[in-house]
Amino acid sequence: MNNSRRTFIKISALGAGGLALTTPALNALGNNFSVKTEKGLINATKNLKRSATYCEVCFWKCAAWAYTDEDNNIQKIIGNESDPHCNGRLCPRGTGGVGMYSDNDRLKTPLIRTTVDGEETFREASWEEALTLVASKMQEIKDKYGAESMALLKHGSPGSHLEHLFQAYGSDTVAEPAYAQCRGPRETGFGLTFGSWVGSPEPTDIRDTKCLVLIGSHIGENMHNTQVQEMSDAIDNGATIITVDPRFSTAASKSQYWLAIKPATDIALLLSWMHVLIYEELYDKKYVEKYGHGFDQLKEHVRTFTPEWAYSITTIKPDDIRRTARSMAAAAPSVIVHPGRHVTWYGDDTQRSRAIAILNGLLGSWGRRGGFYFKESIKVPSFPHPPYPTPKWGWEQIGEKYPLAQMGITNEVIKATIPGENEEHPIKGWFVAGTNLVSTVPQREVIEKAIESLDFMVVMDTMPMEITGYADVVLPECTYLERYDGIRSSTNREPSIALRMPAAEPRFESKPAWWISKQIGEKLGLGEYFNYNDYKEVIAWQLEQMGTSLEEMEKIGVKNFKRKSGPMYLTDGQDYEFTTPTGKIEFYSEKLKSLGHDPMPVYTPHEQPAQGFYRLNYGRSPMHTFSRTINNPNLNDLKDENNLWVNPKVARIEGLKNGQEVWLENQDGIISTFPIKVRVTERIRWDSVYMYHGFGHNNKKLSRAYAKGANDTHLITKVTIDPLMGGTGMRGNFVKFLTENPNKNTAI
Amino acid sequence: MRYAMVIDTLKCVGCSDCVVACQTENNVPIGYCRDWITETVNGAYPNVELELKSERCNHCDNAPCVRCCPTGASHIVEGGIVLVTPNECIGCGACIQSCPYDARYSHPEGYVDKCTFCHHRVEKGQQPACVSVCPTKCMYFGDLDDPNSEVSQLLKNRTWKTLAPEAGTKPHVFYLI
Amino acid sequence: MQEELFTSGRNIPHIDPSLEIWHWPISVYLFLGGLAAGLLFFMAIITLMEKDKEYPTVVKYASIIPPIALSLGLLALIYDLKHPLYAWQLYMTVRIESPMSWGAWVLLVTTPMSFLWVISYWKEMFPKWNIKFNWFQKLEAFLAKNRKYMAMAFIPLSIVLGIYTGILLSAFNARPLWNNAILGPLFLTSGLSTGAAAIILMAKTAKEKHLFGKIDLVLIIVELGLIIHMLMGMYAGSEVQLEAMQLLVGGEFTLMFFGFVVILGLLVPAVMELTELVGFKVPVAIPAILVLIGGLVFRFVMVEAGQITRYLY
Ligand SMILES: Nc1nc2c(c(=O)[nH]1)N[C@H]1C(S)=C(S)[C@@H](COP(=O)(O)OP(=O)(O)OC[C@H]3O[C@@H](n4cnc5c(=O)[nH]c(N)nc54)[C@H](O)[C@@H]3O)O[C@H]1N2
Ligand SMILES: Nc1nc2c(c(=O)[nH]1)N[C@H]1C(S)=C(S)[C@@H](COP(=O)(O)OP(=O)(O)OC[C@H]3O[C@@H](n4cnc5c(=O)[nH]c(N)nc54)[C@H](O)[C@@H]3O)O[C@H]1N2
Ligand code: SF4
Ligand code: SF4
Ligand code: SF4
Ligand code: SF4
Ligand code: SF4
Ligand SMILES: [Mo]
Repeated sequence: MNNSRRTFIKISALGAGGLALTTPALNALGNNFSVKTEKGLINATKNLKRSATYCEVCFWKCAAWAYTDEDNNIQKIIGNESDPHCNGRLCPRGTGGVGMYSDNDRLKTPLIRTTVDGEETFREASWEEALTLVASKMQEIKDKYGAESMALLKHGSPGSHLEHLFQAYGSDTVAEPAYAQCRGPRETGFGLTFGSWVGSPEPTDIRDTKCLVLIGSHIGENMHNTQVQEMSDAIDNGATIITVDPRFSTAASKSQYWLAIKPATDIALLLSWMHVLIYEELYDKKYVEKYGHGFDQLKEHVRTFTPEWAYSITTIKPDDIRRTARSMAAAAPSVIVHPGRHVTWYGDDTQRSRAIAILNGLLGSWGRRGGFYFKESIKVPSFPHPPYPTPKWGWEQIGEKYPLAQMGITNEVIKATIPGENEEHPIKGWFVAGTNLVSTVPQREVIEKAIESLDFMVVMDTMPMEITGYADVVLPECTYLERYDGIRSSTNREPSIALRMPAAEPRFESKPAWWISKQIGEKLGLGEYFNYNDYKEVIAWQLEQMGTSLEEMEKIGVKNFKRKSGPMYLTDGQDYEFTTPTGKIEFYSEKLKSLGHDPMPVYTPHEQPAQGFYRLNYGRSPMHTFSRTINNPNLNDLKDENNLWVNPKVARIEGLKNGQEVWLENQDGIISTFPIKVRVTERIRWDSVYMYHGFGHNNKKLSRAYAKGANDTHLITKVTIDPLMGGTGMRGNFVKFLTENPNKNTAI
Repeated sequence: MRYAMVIDTLKCVGCSDCVVACQTENNVPIGYCRDWITETVNGAYPNVELELKSERCNHCDNAPCVRCCPTGASHIVEGGIVLVTPNECIGCGACIQSCPYDARYSHPEGYVDKCTFCHHRVEKGQQPACVSVCPTKCMYFGDLDDPNSEVSQLLKNRTWKTLAPEAGTKPHVFYLI
Repeated sequence: MQEELFTSGRNIPHIDPSLEIWHWPISVYLFLGGLAAGLLFFMAIITLMEKDKEYPTVVKYASIIPPIALSLGLLALIYDLKHPLYAWQLYMTVRIESPMSWGAWVLLVTTPMSFLWVISYWKEMFPKWNIKFNWFQKLEAFLAKNRKYMAMAFIPLSIVLGIYTGILLSAFNARPLWNNAILGPLFLTSGLSTGAAAIILMAKTAKEKHLFGKIDLVLIIVELGLIIHMLMGMYAGSEVQLEAMQLLVGGEFTLMFFGFVVILGLLVPAVMELTELVGFKVPVAIPAILVLIGGLVFRFVMVEAGQITRYLY
C-alpha cells in the first residue's frame, strides 16, 4: 500500500482510542527486556566469504558476488565491477535476491499428487520416487505417442539443462513465454528489416546517444540494468528523451517530450514521423541510399500520413509530432528509437516493430555510435555428448501457421495440447520449469483446458507458485544462489562470460536443475548424455577450452574478451551487407508481400473501451519481477500489493476514493479474485487503468503474496494473435469497477 | 571534514535499490528501513510533474535529535555523522519526536536506529552502501569541506534544495533539482 | 491534484503513517508531574508564609499526593521506554540541552524529597501508625525542624518540574503543535490549577476551600488566556503550525480539546467557582474534579495530537 503521510492521518485518538492506546504499549512489552546484540553492525564486522554468481531474478543476468557469513547464510549480493551488464550495481531485485534464498515459503521436498478421501492433494515424496515417476511417465508418452508429444515450457537458466535432456530424449517441442508473450514481435520485425534480431541485452548504445525515443518502453520501471544505467548517463550527457506512453511513466518524467498517446495508435504516430522525416528531407540520405531497400515505395506509402492525419488518431498535436521528428533528425545518427521488449500489445505488433525499425533505418542509427552497435558474443563449447536424435516434429511444426516465428510459440503449444486443436502434433505431457504459466500466458480457461487434457504434468520451480498447483509432480529446485549453472556468455559491446557457483548449500531438500535433468536422463537410459558427476566438471572443461579455468573464474567472476568481429559501428561509406534477402535494410519487405502480409506497416484502428469500461494497462514494478518476487521478503517489504491507477476524473465519475478496494470485471465477465486498492493519480489517462503485473497470488502457501492485489493476467481473456509470428496481443481488454465484493457468497 | 550526500532527483527513478541495499548491508530488520523513497506528483494529466527522492537521516548540523537525547546515545562523530550507540540508548523516543524527517525508528531490539551514512564503510574509504548500488548513479557522497570534491562541485554548479529548511536543522543531504 | 506517497512501502510500526511513539503513560506522567509540581509549590509557599497552621490540608494531607504521583509518573515513564533495563544510563550524564535529562535529574531530587516531607509530618498525619524505630523518629524530628529549608528548595524545584512538563514537548521543534514558547507556562499553570483543585477536594475547612477556589479561578483565567495566546500564535504562524492548530480547532481533536479541556475543564469550573465565591451554594467538589479531568485530557490531547503534526516537505 502506498502510504501518504503528507496529510494528517486519522487515528483513533481518544474516545474509544484511549483504551486502544494501551495495546501497542502492551505489545511493546515483549521487546522491552531483550538483550541488545547490535545486529546492525554484524555485516561490518563479520568476515564474509564471496562467491561468483549471476543474477536470476530477471533475465538480464547481471554478474555478482554473493556474500556468505560464517553460519553459511547469504547476507548480501553485490554487483561485479567488471561486468558489462551491471558495472558493479545490481538493480533492486538483484540486491534483494537474498530473499529468494531466505524465503521460508520455498518448495522444500518433491511433491506427488494423490487423492485422500476423494480430495486431490499433494504428498511429500523422496527424490527417488518422484524422479522415477517422472521418468516412467516420460517413457510412457514416448512409447505411446513419440517423444515429440512431451513439451518443455521453460524460462530462465533451468531451461538449458532440461533442453539438453529433451533433445537427448527426442523432443524439440520447446517454448518459452519470453518469446510469444514478450519480445517475439520485435525480433521478427527487426529481423525482417535489418536481418538481425535485437536480442538480449539489446545492442542499444544508450550511453552515447543524443536522442532516446521510448515507445511504451518504461525504462526506469523496467529495470533492465544496463539500460537504466545508460539512460542515466544519457541524461547526464544532455540527451533528448522522447517518451510515447499513455501513462506518465517514470521515463516520461525524465523526458523533454512526453507524447501522451491514445493507447493502440502508435503505428499512426510512427508513420507520421516517417512522413515528416522524408518530406522535410531530414532523413539520412547517404545512409538510406547506400543501405536501404524500397525507400521510394516507403516514401509513397507515407505520403498521406501527415502529422495532421496522425493527430486525429493519436491525439498528439501535429506540432509536437514535427518537433520531435526534427529533434530525432538533429541528433541522428546518434538516436535510438527503442525497440521495446514486452511488445505483444495489440496483435499488429510485428508491424509496429517494423515501423520502429524503419524509423531507425531512416535516421541511420543502426550500426552507428549512439544508435545500435554491432554486438558480439563468445561461443561456449558444448560438453561432448552423443548426437541428439532428430525429432519428427517440434516447435516449428506446431507453429507452422506462423513461419516468421523464430522460437516456439507458447500459446500454440498450449493449444496443441487441447484434443482436436492440432491433430498432427498432439501434446500429452508438459514439463514446466521456471515459468508461472497461469500468471504469464493469458486466457486461463484455455490453459486449464489444456492441462486437463494432459496425461502428465511436472513442474519444477523454487516456490509454490500457482502453476505448481496443477502439476502431477512438483520438483523443488534450489535457487540460483545454491547451484552451478551454465556459463553466461552474452552479447555486448565486448564479449564476456560469467560464472555461477553455489554461495550456500541448497536449503531444505531442493536440488539444482542440472542434477534433476541428469537423474531423469539416467532413468530414461540416456546416461551417456550426462557424462559427469557434477556440473562443475562441465564448466571446468568449458572454461579450459575458452582459455581460462574454474579457479580463475571463481576469483574474477566475469571475464571480458576482446572483440573479434570488427568495429562496433559502421565507418563512413563502409560497404556492409545486411543479412536480409536483399542484403539491405528493407523498408519494403518482399518476404512479407509474398506471405500475403503488408510489405510496409499500416495503421489499423483497434477497439476502444465501451462506456463504463476502461482499458486494462499493465507494466513493471521496479522492485519486482513478474510474479516471481512478490513473496520475496526483502522485495515484498518494498511493495506488497499492486494498486489500480485511476485518473481523478474517472474517480469522480465512478465515485472512487483513494485507497478504496474494488474488484474488476472485464468485458467477458471475468471478475478479479481479489480486490485491488485504488490509487487516484494524474499519471494515468481517463480511458485506461493501470496496474503492476505479477500480483494477486492465489496460493495460501505464499504467506506474503497471497490475496495481495489483483492479477492482471487473469483479467486478460481476449487476445489478438499477431498474424506474422503468433504473439499474444494482451492490451485489448477492458474492465469496469465493482465496489461490492462479488465473491461474498462463494467461498474462495 | 564534513560529509554530505547529494542526490540528483533528475536521475532517480525511485527503484528503491538504495533501500534494499541498506537493508542487506546494515541488517535492517524486515518491516523497517533507514532510507525510503517518496514520490510527489503535481499537475493535471497531461501536464504532470513527478519527483522521486531517496530520503534518510540528513545528518543535520543543527541536530535536535542529539540535543534532546538524555543519555548521550545520540552523538556526532568526525565528519558530522550523527550516530546512536545502542548500548547507551534507553529507547525514550525523544530523538524520534525531535526529528522533522521521521528518519529514526525504534529497532525491535529496543534501541533507536537510523542511517549511519554507513560509517563503517566510510571509515574504510568506501562509499555508503546505498550510494554504491544505485543503478542510476544519482547519489554522491563526499566531503563538503573539500571544494574539489564531487559533492562540492555539484552543489556549486547545480540548483539544489534541502528538505524542510524551515525546521532549522541544517540538513546535509542535498537534492539536485 | 497533488499526490505524495512512499513508493518504497515504508510502514514502520509506531512511526508510519503517523507518529505514535509516546503512548498513554507519557500523558499520565505529564499530568502527575504537573499535579505534583502544583501541590509542592503551594505547600512550600504556605509553609514559607508561615500559614501552615491555617491551611493544614495543603502542607499536610495533600502532601501525600506528590510522592505517590511522582513515583507512579516515573513508573509510567519507564514503562514507555523501549529499553527500561538501560534506564540507569539517564544518570550517567547531565545533558543541559536535553529537557528529558534535566527532568530526570529534577525527579531524582524531588521524588525522595517529597517523601521526606511526608515523613516530617508523620506523627501529625498518622498518629495511629506509630513507627517505633529510633532512627525514624530522629529523622522525623530533624525533618520537621528543617521544613523551611525543604520548602525553600521546593519552590524552584516545583517550578522547574511544572515548566519542564511543558518544555519537554515544546522543545520539539519538529512537532509544530508543541513548538511554541507558551507550552511551558501553560503546563505550569495547568499543573498549579490541578494542584489547587486537588487541595479543594481534600480541604476540610471552608477557609481553605475558599482560598484555593480563588487561586484556581485566577489560574483558570490565566490558563484560558495562555490557550488563546497559543492558538493565536499558531494562527499567525507557518503553514505547518496552521495545520497543527486545525487539529485542535477544526479537526479530530476539537471535541476533546474544546469539549473536555476548554469547556468542561476550564469554563464550567470557572463559572461554578465564581458562583460559589459570590455566595451561592455550589458543591465545590464538582469544579475541582472537572479541573482534574480537564488537566488529564489536556495532556492526552497535546501528546496525541502533537505527535501527528509534522513538517511538510
Ligand atoms: N499479464 C501479463 N502477462 C505477461 C507479462 C505482462 O506484463 N503482463 N509479461 C510477459 C513477459 S514480458 C514475460 S518475459 C513473461 C515472463 O513469464 P515468467 O517467466 O513465467 O514469469 P514469472 O512470473 O517470473 O515466473 C517465473 C517462475 O519461475 C520460478 N523460478 C524463479 N527462479 C527459478 C529457478 O531458479 N528455478 C526454477 N525452476 N524456477 C524458478 C518462479 O518461482 C516462477 O514460478 O510473462 C509474460 N506475461
Ligand atoms: N522491474 C522489472 N523490470 C523488468 C521486468 C520485470 O519483471 N521487472 N521484466 C523485464 C522483461 S522480461 C521485459 S519484456 C521488459 C518489459 O519492459 P518494457 O518493454 O519497457 O515494457 P512494456 O510492458 O512493453 O511497457 C509498459 C509501458 O507501456 C505503456 N503502454 C501501454 N499501452 C501502450 C500503448 O498503446 N502505446 C504506448 N506507446 N505505450 C503503451 C504502459 O503505460 C507502460 O508504461 O521489462 C524487463 N524489466
Ligand atoms: S537487472 Fe536486476 S534482476 Fe535482472 S539480472 Fe540484473 S540485477 Fe538481477
Ligand atoms: S537506488 Fe538510486 S535511482 Fe533507485 S531509488 Fe535509490 S536513489 Fe533513486
Ligand atoms: S535528520 Fe533527524 S535524525 Fe538525522 S540528524 Fe537530522 S534530526 Fe537527527
Ligand atoms: S531513544 Fe535513545 S537515542 Fe533517542 S533520545 Fe532516547 S536515549 Fe537518546
Ligand atoms: S548511508 Fe548507509 S545507512 Fe545510510 S541509508 Fe545509505 S546504506 Fe543506509
Ligand atoms: Mo519479457
